[in-house]
Amino acid sequence: MAVANVEISETPLVLYTLRRADDALILGHRLSEWCGHAPTLEEDMALANMGLDLLGQARELYTYAARVEGKDNDEDKLAYLRDVRQYRNLLLVEQPNGDFARTMVRQFFHAAFADLYWRAMMQSKDATLAAIAAKSEKESAYHVRHSSEWIIRLGDGTEESHHRAQTAIDDLWSFTGEMFSVDGSEHGLIDAGIAVDPVSLYPQWLKTITAVVNEATLALPASNWMQQGGRGGRHSEHLGHLLSELQSLQRTFPGATW
Amino acid sequence: MATPNSPLWEVFIRSRNGLAHKHVGSLHAADATLALQAARDIYTRRGEGLSIWVVPSSAITASDPAEKGMMFEPAESKIYRHPTFYDVPDEVGHM
Repeated sequence: MAVANVEISETPLVLYTLRRADDALILGHRLSEWCGHAPTLEEDMALANMGLDLLGQARELYTYAARVEGKDNDEDKLAYLRDVRQYRNLLLVEQPNGDFARTMVRQFFHAAFADLYWRAMMQSKDATLAAIAAKSEKESAYHVRHSSEWIIRLGDGTEESHHRAQTAIDDLWSFTGEMFSVDGSEHGLIDAGIAVDPVSLYPQWLKTITAVVNEATLALPASNWMQQGGRGGRHSEHLGHLLSELQSLQRTFPGATW
Repeated sequence: MATPNSPLWEVFIRSRNGLAHKHVGSLHAADATLALQAARDIYTRRGEGLSIWVVPSSAITASDPAEKGMMFEPAESKIYRHPTFYDVPDEVGHM
């Protein structure tokens, strides 16, 4: 790596905003990996569109995080010049695309949460986060629609598609709990009305997930043991590989523009 | 590629200030719901529309190109059907 990592002063609001920015960037990047590889041209465009929605959310959140931090950082430095342990995204969003069913299940689990989250965040006392939420909610609502229609068709499709969708649900389920976990840095923001307590979103999320999974003739796993770590920078092996590709240009040619 | 599982659909978009849906292209999708989503994703990325119709291509009955003489040429000699022989009073304004 030719360029040093940036230092971040992780005040609670900076950290909170970075975590959501990282979720959007990493999931958006995962979707971009499908570009040119999706099963059909129509789905290639749909996946790229969702990826671009998420990239747009990431840019706004990084820009705001940099502004709140008030140092020399900006959206590009935050995205391109932090190493894997400085990333704060959920473990769910960094999981590899796998087959199409796995990508859709990952998208569905996350979007069903993100839509509830952004809708609630429209009431945030932080005007910037509330404005980002208002824009993002319309995007996440479509992501829920698109991914849930596919879950239903994959689950209630052929024996092969059912098996792949069920395997994806079983494998990714343990990464969903992290969406609803809160650590010490977030309690103050929740009490101040800046952040939403994600625990309050869980019943509705589970209701949405259950309805779609049932209609798809699939089943949720019985286990409630959940993975944690991404929010604290402890990632699965996959994120480092993702970042090496995402950051390669800025690391090799610092400040490159075109 | 047309397969039994993803038939062809024709897409019609009504633009922001348009009165009628206009044909914009076609796509493949498994059913009407996915066709509508695909139409949104492919044909409205630059804010082109406020309303979408999707119609199974198989539902369209088309005129036969081999019959275009019978179908369309008789109209060509009837220039009096074009409303260019009338003086439009100024009070009528823009038509």
